[in-house]
Parts: sequence; C-alpha cells; structure tokens
Amino acid sequence: MSAPSLEIVQESPTGITLRLAGDWRSGGATPGVEQVVNWLETAPLCRRIGFDCRHLTRWDSLFLTFLTRLIRHCADRGITIHDASLPEGVRGLLALASAVPERQDAMRELQSGGLLLTWGRHTLRFIRDFAGLAEFTGETCLAFGRLLLGRARMRAGDLFALIQECGPNALPIISLIALLVGMILAFVGAVQLKLFGAQIYIADLVGLGMAREMGAMMTAILMAGRTGAAFAAELGSMTVNGEIDALRTTGFSPMEFLVLPRILALFLTIPFLCLYADVVGIFGGALVASGLFDISFSEYLVQIQNRLRPIDFEVGIFKCAVFGILVAVAGCMRGLQCQRNATAVGLATTSAVVTGIVFIVISDAVMTLIITALNVFKR
Amino acid sequence: MAYDHFVIQRDINFEVRRGEIFIVMGGSGCGKSTLLRHLIGLKSPAGGRVFFDDKDLWALPARERDTMLLKMGILYQSGALWSSMTLAENIALPLTAHTRLKPAEIGDLVALKLSLVGLAGFGDYYPEEISGGMQKRAALARALALDPEILFFDEPSAGLDPISARRLDELILHLSESLG
Repeated sequence: MSAPSLEIVQESPTGITLRLAGDWRSGGATPGVEQVVNWLETAPLCRRIGFDCRHLTRWDSLFLTFLTRLIRHCADRGITIHDASLPEGVRGLLALASAVPERQDAMRELQSGGLLLTWGRHTLRFIRDFAGLAEFTGETCLAFGRLLLGRARMRAGDLFALIQECGPNALPIISLIALLVGMILAFVGAVQLKLFGAQIYIADLVGLGMAREMGAMMTAILMAGRTGAAFAAELGSMTVNGEIDALRTTGFSPMEFLVLPRILALFLTIPFLCLYADVVGIFGGALVASGLFDISFSEYLVQIQNRLRPIDFEVGIFKCAVFGILVAVAGCMRGLQCQRNATAVGLATTSAVVTGIVFIVISDAVMTLIITALNVFKR
Repeated sequence: MAYDHFVIQRDINFEVRRGEIFIVMGGSGCGKSTLLRHLIGLKSPAGGRVFFDDKDLWALPARERDTMLLKMGILYQSGALWSSMTLAENIALPLTAHTRLKPAEIGDLVALKLSLVGLAGFGDYYPEEISGGMQKRAALARALALDPEILFFDEPSAGLDPISARRLDELILHLSESLG
C-alpha cells in the first residue's frame, strides 16, 4: 500500500495540475485540501486546476470529500476545475453529489440559549402542557357525554379485557404492597404505643390509616406505575406506528375507541382494589399485633369493629375512584401526546407515571381539605 | 433456510460478482427477506454456506464475522432509520464507531453521503419530519456510510410512489456505475 501524496505542478501562470498518487483511502494520512488552498493564496492569477491521477491506486469517500471541498473553494474564487483526468467512478459520484443542489431553506438555525430565553421556552412549554391537559379533559368529557347518550363507539370486548388487566391481574402486587404497608404501619405505631401500654390501639391506627388514606393512596400509586404506564406505552406505540392516524381516518375517535374504555376500566376496578387493599393491610397489622405485641386476633378484630365505621371505607374508596380516573387520564393523555419516535414512547411512559402521581397527591390534598371542612368523620 | 422445522427454501445456489446488480424476485412469503437475513449475518442457515470474498461467513468466529459485516451496507424495507437521531447522526454513528476519523472529517463525509442521495441540507431533520421516499434515501446514505463493498436492498421501492421508486432505482444504478 503506497502512501497518499499530493504534488502541485504549475503548468502556466494561470493553471496548475494536482498530481494525486498512492492510496487515498481513510486510515492513511491523506493530504488536506488546505495545502492546495494555501498555495492558491500565493498564486492569485491561477484560474484553472487539472488533475493527474495516473498513479492514484485506491480511493474512497474521503478522497471525494477532499475534491468537494476543493471544488467549493474554487467556485468561490472563480477557478475552473478540469475533472476529465479524474477516475470515471469519482466523476460519476461528484456529478451525483451535485445533481441536487443543497437546500439552504432546509437548514436549521442554531438557537442560542440565554437564561431569559430558556425561562421563556419553559414557560411556553408549561402553558402548552396546561392547554393540552385542558383540551384532553374537555374531549374526555365530550366522549363521556356521547357514551351516556349511547353514541360513543367502543368495543365491549376491549373494555372487558381492560377490566381484567386493571383488576384481577393487579391483585398479586396489590396484595404484597398492602400487606407490607399494613405491617409497617402497625410496627411503627406499636413501638410508640407500647411506651404507654396502649398496644391495643394498633388496630385503630392501622384500620383508620388504611381505610381512610393509605389503602387508597398505595393502590393509586401502584396503578399509576403499573397501569398508567402501560396505557401510555400502548397508546404511544400506536401513535408511532400511525395506528391512531389510521383510526381517525377510518372514522373512529381515539377518545371514544381507546381512551374511554381505559378510563372506565380503571374507574370501575380501582374501588374494589382499594377495598381489597384495606382488608389486606388490616390483616397485615393483625399479623404484627398478634406476633410481636401479644394482642390476639379476636381482640384486634373487636377493636377494629368498634372503631371503624362504613364512612371511613367510603371516603377511602371515593378518593381512590377519583385517583383511578386521574391515573387513566394521565396515562392516555401522555400516550396520545407521544411524538413519532422510539425515545418518545419511553418519555411518554415516564411522564405518565410522574403526572399520575402528581395528580394523585394534589387531588388528595384538595379532597382531604374538603372532607375536613365538611366534618365527614364527626361521630 | 428454515424456521425450526419449517423449511422456507432449499437448494439455493447463486453467485454475485463485483459491480453486478443481482435481483431476487418472488411472491410474498417465498423467503426473500429471510434469504437476505442469511446473507447479512442476522440468521444462520439451516444448511449450506454463505461465501463472501471466498470466506464462509457462518464458519468464521463471531468477531471476524462482525468485521466482515462492516463491508456490507444494508437498506431495510422500512428504512429502519433510528428515529431518535437526526439524519446526520444516523449516518455519523457507524463512522464514529468503526473509524478513527476526526469529527470534522465525519461531518464532511455525512454531507457528502447526504448530497449523493439528494438530501443535502437535511442533516438536522429527524426521520419523522421527512417523507417516506426521503427516509429511504437517507437510509441509503447510512448504508453507504462505511463505503461498503456490497449493498443489500430489501424491497427498496416498497411503499414508495412510482416517481420516488423510479428515482431510487436510478440512484442505485448511478451508484453501481460509479462505485462498481
């Protein structure tokens, strides 16, 4: 393999020949176009460049980039290139490369990033996000309206499959988490209550905690991570594959066909999951109370029966139903807002979980304030 | 060629010479894409051998086979551009990974490949922002990135309108004449 070389030969005051020899493939130290450019600076009369490639053995794309840069430079300076001596393949590729002129209007302008500009962009994004949420909520309400009027188009089979997915299929993870939360509540509370000899109130602590707050909250957060994320990934993939467009163009509203069954499925199943989580959590508390703090099962159950009223469960279940709607809305909204690339599906999924949890926390705070103001738990 | 016990095709023998355009035609499901997967190192044949430069592709150690695969450029049926990257990044990625070129040189090569397929100036676009025909051409530019010795096309004009399909065919012919 002979080394690549470039020799500039002045044929006349107005013309030069570039003798290109050796192997001009990438990997070797090929001469740069700057060598010719610098030489041309010292020869302002030069108006013509020819080539001698008799000793050029091999070339690849790097050789072409050398020539395109040289051609561009010469075009700016009004120097004519005589490419007849270049290899036929090189001439063909150069012709192909210049066949379609560069689209200057297609170029993207670089956006500078001052602090004010960055804040402005973030603010605009926030406003767009909020407007998107408002629009999605509005469309969801309209779709529900059409459902109530019997005009919504969705498949019952889809709804039943989603109910199966959101409800019974979520029971194992709900069981595990609710049991552990009940046990942790009991253990943390009992350590303090034991100081006063009041271990029996473990039942009150766990029962009220699970029924009013923790059962609903833990179920909703689990469903945000499990089902909300699945909704976003599913709808996001459908967006990427053009399936949502196909639905629209065949006359189906994605809100009715895809979003409604998901919201309905989660809204219908989550109250049962919440009630189940309450019971399992209370059972977890009983395990700790009987195993570590000498309280029998029957004592624990009697205490629960005396302390808990239906309203405690009802409030938790109501909250959880609201959380369910919000988790489904977050998942579907992020899925439908997904951009058309693979990364966007991941971002939509993450965003669905974060949005769902933020919705849960904010709505919980609002509902707790209202419930307290209404004095719902007054005996 | 087979998937488990289901034989797709048997007794396929052919030779492709340098500079030649070789076309495999057949009905849907006859195994054209499967044949391609055997030729480009994605699926080992149930029986038989694939030779490239007189070397048996599937008898080579994995590392040598990977090196050999770098000599092939592939245009997939769907284009298969990486959707999270711009066209320029799509083309630059193999160059960054498999050559020691400087960033400026890679930039020049990317511009060259894009101009070869008539997409000069579109380097900053994402695949989703350009048409199907442009995506196919951008995918061809990516296939050309490493100056491959052989180019494989899986139904290059599938999904294109007749004019775009004709342009792509002409582009392939031009490239074959120039690079052949």
